[in-house]
Amino acid sequence: MALNSKVPKGPIKDKWTDYKNHIDLVNPANKRNIDIIVVGTGLAGGSASATLAELGYNVKAFAYQDSPRRAHSIAAQGGINAAKNYQGDGDSVYRLFYDTVKGGDYRSREANVYRLAEVSANIIDQCVAQGVPFARDYGGLLDNRSFGGVLVSRTFYAKGQTGQQLLLGAYSAMNRQIARGKIEMFNRHEMLDVVIVDGKARGIIARNSITGEIERHSAHAVVIASGGYGNVFFLSTNAMGSNVSAGWKIHKKGAFFANPCYTQIHPTCIPRSGDYQSKLTLMSESLRNDGRIWVPKNMEDVLAIREGRKKPTDLSEEERDYYLERRYPAFGNLVPRDVASRAAKERCDAGYGVNATGEAVYLDFASAITRYGTEQAKIQNISNPSDAKIYELGQKIVEAKYGNLFQMYEKIVDENPYETPMMIYPAVHYTMGGVWVDYNLMTTVPGLYCIGEANFSDHGANRLGASALMQGLADGYFVLPYTIGDYLSDDIRTGKISTDSAEFDQAEKDVKERLEFFVTNKGQHSVDYYHKKLGKIMWEKCGMSRNAQGLKEAMEEIKALRLDFWKNVSVPGNANELNTELEKAGRVADFIELGELFAKDALTREESCGGHFREESAEESGPQKGEAKRNDKDFAFVSAWEYKGEPADAVLHKEELEFNDIELKQRSYK
Amino acid sequence: MNLTLKIWRQKDASSKGQMVDYKVTEISEHMSFLEMMDVLNEQLVNSGEEPVAFDHDCREGICGMCSMYINGEAHGPDRGVTTCQLHMRMFKDGDTITIEPFRAAAFPVLKDLVVDRSSFDRIQHAGGYISVNTSGNTQDANAIPISKHAADEAMDAATCIGCGACVATCKNSSAMLFVGAKVSQYALLPQGQVEAADRVQNMVAQMDLEGFGNCTNTGACEVECPKGISLDNIARMNRELIKSSI
Repeated sequence: MALNSKVPKGPIKDKWTDYKNHIDLVNPANKRNIDIIVVGTGLAGGSASATLAELGYNVKAFAYQDSPRRAHSIAAQGGINAAKNYQGDGDSVYRLFYDTVKGGDYRSREANVYRLAEVSANIIDQCVAQGVPFARDYGGLLDNRSFGGVLVSRTFYAKGQTGQQLLLGAYSAMNRQIARGKIEMFNRHEMLDVVIVDGKARGIIARNSITGEIERHSAHAVVIASGGYGNVFFLSTNAMGSNVSAGWKIHKKGAFFANPCYTQIHPTCIPRSGDYQSKLTLMSESLRNDGRIWVPKNMEDVLAIREGRKKPTDLSEEERDYYLERRYPAFGNLVPRDVASRAAKERCDAGYGVNATGEAVYLDFASAITRYGTEQAKIQNISNPSDAKIYELGQKIVEAKYGNLFQMYEKIVDENPYETPMMIYPAVHYTMGGVWVDYNLMTTVPGLYCIGEANFSDHGANRLGASALMQGLADGYFVLPYTIGDYLSDDIRTGKISTDSAEFDQAEKDVKERLEFFVTNKGQHSVDYYHKKLGKIMWEKCGMSRNAQGLKEAMEEIKALRLDFWKNVSVPGNANELNTELEKAGRVADFIELGELFAKDALTREESCGGHFREESAEESGPQKGEAKRNDKDFAFVSAWEYKGEPADAVLHKEELEFNDIELKQRSYK
Repeated sequence: MNLTLKIWRQKDASSKGQMVDYKVTEISEHMSFLEMMDVLNEQLVNSGEEPVAFDHDCREGICGMCSMYINGEAHGPDRGVTTCQLHMRMFKDGDTITIEPFRAAAFPVLKDLVVDRSSFDRIQHAGGYISVNTSGNTQDANAIPISKHAADEAMDAATCIGCGACVATCKNSSAMLFVGAKVSQYALLPQGQVEAADRVQNMVAQMDLEGFGNCTNTGACEVECPKGISLDNIARMNRELIKSSI
């Protein structure tokens, strides 16, 4: 099967407008006869559900949480990008497009990214109209901040809770449609399979998590908006329930899975403190504006610190290695996420990690506090201020900028980051890979769509800060509601889809058999035992840097783990009740399969790009020695995988990436 | 540290529940409370017993899913945190910890520590929105300036995570802090004015219908709220309600 991205012809800036003008529409009377299922209610699924219902379709929305408002989009802190150019600093749709393609290391589809930049401004208008309380300046107009990898201020924010406010906006739009009866909401329901009838997606099998009942739901189209799969690493900044199951189920039924190895590992997270750790907490990227990252220069000091004989503040400037400033004098502590993460790993692998697990580096605000304090002393005309006074003045400034983050750190780690440097370490945060979709956001299965983080399309091999929220809402509010009409216009005479068919029978039978297996297989190991093992393999061999040998080993080890899982997993309780272990078992089973494909994808991509660093593909000489080396000649394509029974047997389909509007360049931060 | 846990176990919504004692050992003070619960559950699963069901998801204090009543306090003894951010350093070796679900007539127990908070969703369906289509044809975001003060106050109200600690801690099981926060967010913004009267009436009517109690100004909700939502929001809701009836 040849991949057809269905990107419209014409100049990039006219593509979307022209396309919308010529797309088939469904008249309002006919929309009433069409049902759409949306799985997931985060920014993408929530906004899509609301808009589709407003248009007149009958929407059935599914969430595994007890309310749409709990989806993990809620945890996004920093902000949302939009090419509004309110600051008059030269921003434009083109610049946002350019920054996103470059930030993604030239591995995204140009036409999709341009459309994203184009609709970004609408998102802000829409959210303000919905009552989202964005930050404002004293004149009452919207405020902006700047984020990594760009030269303009285009990020809109609501304190450190932008994701929460945008999600509550989408949730409120959903509530309006739930009240009108246009959205039927299925909370605490998990999709366990998609049903394909005559080659088209026509429904899902879902489990009611409270009663354990297996339900059939039919529709004319199915939209997957189930988020990212970072939890394949066990430890990540994702929510505990975040999973790949919806995406993986549709992959097994014919949807191609694209670039699974593109993972974003965020450099500033709170380090793991022990084996009991269940998840990792992100500290906003903004901290790198004022924090300096270092480890001790000498191994004796590392050991002394780990054993508690020395404190980090005992070390003089000469005894510290500010390794980012040393290696990247031009960008210093503000290198992009992937570069900062790899550099921290390099130091810790060499043995310089500063906590008991050996996986932590310092993020130090002492210089910033002194710098701000000295400035303040001048401003306030304090002559000959004491060091203590300077520190006090500087601390106030740092507190105003990052107070909530410092407080969060202190709650978790129980150390005062004003007095001692923070400890940080990279953690899995976002997955750029996902289900392959065309320009319409349709997968390789007709009538089956995938939006938001769950698809692969917009971020290439690396995502820029504040772009995830933008993509989720763009897909749901402004893209899918148009493109889905083009498909559904052929379905106006179909009538209600029956759930009484051989295809539904079979899908339900498969789902029930699998659940029954779990609760009757009296094995020796808990689900978490397997999830932790998988996470360890993924982190060590498919993590921040990868090589052919490690990836081959990972594929073998994950396969062995899968075979063991299906023999020895133990799930207490029954299938016909609220059973959290049973829910986890199904998710982990899918993660194990995805993990193997992930390693295979990383193995076949013999280049370094964005978050994917292959040790074999690094610059060998010159000023860029040791840095990532992209190979545009051989790898400027999307890897879309077709399922063939075993993850290792997946067949690769290539979507060649064409860059007509942007010149391909190497990213340098030296 | 070693701890004794007294935990509410209830098979399902229609069964009777009871407190059951468990022991956990070698708990690190750096663990979060839910990680301590993970240790207990792993122990139970490994001995073939059913783990304790509890709601949780983001584990960074923002999704509002976690909901335990620990030693008689919603989200436990620390202030300004949800249960997932409560750390074991708040307890000492040898402690006995009592863990119950959030209790209220409008929050029926589903299993163990899991309660049904869909009454909160239904209150939002009654009016927790601004009736504007998501067409992308709204006016420019800067067309109506909003004073920084009003925007900040609206934001403070909007930070509610809908966890239900206010209800669980209130002796009347009142949901007025939750409803007040939503009513306030929209009442403070120009976009919310058009429907203000209907909104407050419909949301309050739904709140009463769900079986939440009334407010007697004890202020416990504000103390236990992990997001510091202020009692002012209840006052504002009452003002909006009176205003809407004249």
